[in-house]
Amino acid sequence: MLKRLSLIAAVASVFALGACGSSPADSGAARASAAPATSASAPAESELTVFAAASLTGTFTELGKQFEAAHPGSKVTFNFGSSATLAQQITQGAPADVFAAASPATMKTVADAGLAGAQTVFVRNKLEIAVPPDNPGKVENLKDLTDPKVKVALCAEQVPCGAAAIKALDAAGLKVTPVTLEQDVKATLTKVQLGEVDAALVYQTDVIASAGKVTGIPFPEADRAINDYPIAPLAKAPSPALAQQFVELVLSQQGRDVLTKAGFEAP
Amino acid sequence: MTLRARIVVRRPAFRLDLDLTVGRGEVVTLLGPNGAGKTTALRALAGLIPLTEGSIELDGVRIEREPAERRPVGVVFQDYLLFPHLSALDNVAFGPRCQGRSKAEARARARELLDRMGLAEFSSVRPRRLSGGQAQRVALARALAVEPRLLLLDEPLAALDAHTRLEIRSELRRRLTAFDGATVLVTHDPLDAMVLADRLVVVEDGAVVQEGAPGEIARRPRTDYVARLVGLNLFRGEGDGDRVTVGGLAFAAEERVSGPAFVAFPPRAVALYRTRPDGSPRNLWEGRIDGVERHGDHIRVHVDGPVPVAADVTPAAVAELDLTPGRRIWVSVKAAETHAYPA
Amino acid sequence: MAFLVLPLAGLLIRAPWSTLPQRLAEPQVIEALRLSLVTASVATVVCLVLGVPLAWLLARTDFPGRRLLRALVTVPLVLPPVVGGVALLLVFGRRGLVGQWLESAFGFSLPFTTAGVVVAEAFVAMPFLVIAVEGALRAADPRYEEAAATLGASRFTVFRRVTLPLVAPGVLAGAVLCWARALGEFGATITFAGNFPGRTQTMPLAVYLALETEPEAAIVLSLVLLAVSVVILAGLRDRWVGAAA
Repeated sequence: MLKRLSLIAAVASVFALGACGSSPADSGAARASAAPATSASAPAESELTVFAAASLTGTFTELGKQFEAAHPGSKVTFNFGSSATLAQQITQGAPADVFAAASPATMKTVADAGLAGAQTVFVRNKLEIAVPPDNPGKVENLKDLTDPKVKVALCAEQVPCGAAAIKALDAAGLKVTPVTLEQDVKATLTKVQLGEVDAALVYQTDVIASAGKVTGIPFPEADRAINDYPIAPLAKAPSPALAQQFVELVLSQQGRDVLTKAGFEAP
Repeated sequence: MTLRARIVVRRPAFRLDLDLTVGRGEVVTLLGPNGAGKTTALRALAGLIPLTEGSIELDGVRIEREPAERRPVGVVFQDYLLFPHLSALDNVAFGPRCQGRSKAEARARARELLDRMGLAEFSSVRPRRLSGGQAQRVALARALAVEPRLLLLDEPLAALDAHTRLEIRSELRRRLTAFDGATVLVTHDPLDAMVLADRLVVVEDGAVVQEGAPGEIARRPRTDYVARLVGLNLFRGEGDGDRVTVGGLAFAAEERVSGPAFVAFPPRAVALYRTRPDGSPRNLWEGRIDGVERHGDHIRVHVDGPVPVAADVTPAAVAELDLTPGRRIWVSVKAAETHAYPA
Repeated sequence: MAFLVLPLAGLLIRAPWSTLPQRLAEPQVIEALRLSLVTASVATVVCLVLGVPLAWLLARTDFPGRRLLRALVTVPLVLPPVVGGVALLLVFGRRGLVGQWLESAFGFSLPFTTAGVVVAEAFVAMPFLVIAVEGALRAADPRYEEAAATLGASRFTVFRRVTLPLVAPGVLAGAVLCWARALGEFGATITFAGNFPGRTQTMPLAVYLALETEPEAAIVLSLVLLAVSVVILAGLRDRWVGAAA
């Protein structure tokens, strides 16, 4: 019965994933229609668009609410997705104010295009081994993943969690043959939740966010592959003042509390 | 008897109920207006629709519960339904193949049949390249190839133009005569029916209204529909020996009849006069012209009166008599061409 | 028309033509392309085997629940492919309704295998075939089937020798749509079969991952997929036209 419930929850989470990725075009349209509603006082900014890595979905949504409460009349719109995809949307001219990436490499794409303002690493994320609650593969440490009988899912090397996984495994001197290289960390996590694989390497924040549907196993080599999350207001931000204020909120103690509660580590 | 059937098919707003017997080698034609249920009867015989009740007995075997593919029945459909993706030869060979013959055997049989139909050189041709007459012969060959005990033809000449129809009609008559099983043919064309049938069964509103040899039916129709088909004026009245009284008029006829009776005469037996003719011809009354229409090389005049009749006159007579609608006119019918028979 | 052509033109304009040859020679590209073509073709065959009889049932028979079944057939069209992939996992996955049994009985598990790719593609592409074939069956004159029955053909013979040839153009059209859809399949494949080069990484998956780091490589891969499918479809078309004449 419990197993059945967890399957359903996993499906629901996939639906939610599909729903949260609002496209930049949409948020642009929302901006245009809401613009006339701004108060009369000169060039008042009310709309803030934040592009953020998918792993920040929970924390940033909460921070967005806090921001709206602190800045009456403002409206924060998020576009969550793979950092690489977001970076490309920004370089292609998507109207974003803030970019929070899951890796310095993806932020670099934006910075190289001359579009990023001052960058700050605001959190770090660490890998954990995620296994189904009943741990069918009897996985206890990183070495157990090399057992050919254990089915392992990793992120593809093109996405930050995959790059981190390779770094960690290299640091441990281990060679793992996964059954699949998933397109992002949530997809990797879904495979564990559905019990299709015995183990996966995901971020500890994802393990915490799964609320018990997977079990996390920390491993020492994770410290050798820590992921820095940089945030920057964007050079062509339509609402530069709000962008700066949002970045400040993320870097403040208030922001840090929300992030550490979700499993992120302070830089 | 080869075929003995009672066909009952009930649908909302329609009921077909007819008895049908066909002898060995006999061609029975179901004649009737569109919607009378002729095709329904044929489809029931073929097993394409189920009987609501009744039975079909062919050569002493009950087949009404057999599916279409197990009945020893061949069907020539209206517009033939030759398989467009198969050559004429393979169309004909289709049945024998389904009966389990080898490809070579089936083709040999098909070739022989096409040969007999005079279509040997068309065997590799696809149906859409065949003329109407050729297609009809292929369809007949295909139906005969399964060696049926009962041959069904649905409007076999309807798809042909008037010219080829004439030729194909007599040819079909020859081929049907050569077939030794029972044949049931459906048509709404009286001429086809007359030429092709050994016996006519007239169907109206799902029931048999008249049955008999074509000549007999042409002479003595029993319904308005049949009378119109064979071009006769037909009335129902009361006979008292040498006269039949219809709508207050007493008709003298060739035959003596007593009790309920029909009176029938052709339009050409009707003569029209502007004034009451001299002497006292029998079967005379005054009426009013209702309509005038061209009918082949003569003119058909419809006259209203105690009984409505159609009269055929020459164009010259129309001019001479000034036959315009609404004019009053005297009508007489030759007793020698008037037939009376019990209703 | 411009709506259809412009995105294609965008790909062509941005394509890194100078590095094209060496990118094409990369073994991963060849591998993904081969896998895509093989799985899409096998998926089409699976769809034909399962879909044509299903279309026949929908078009030619009347049974309780037929309307419901027809609605269900279109479900994979409406369902986001990713969700379709999850649904497949729930059925054929290690802990799925059927998958559980498959694993315990045969030690065989579909996810993360090439067969899994075929299953995912067939699932998503099937409606295209069924709808095309059903339409063709409805348009075909059922009286030909009656004629065949009176000639002694069993239901199966009627279907094989009369119905199928009559609807052949519809079946071919459906198969082409089905193949094209299977070739471009992404969501259900990556969810159900995962992504592993040489085993389950088809072209669309390779394109997506390339997009993460090297958009130019993604464009090249897309163009390859496009060019190959256009060549194959055009080739088949010529052949059919030639055969029909």
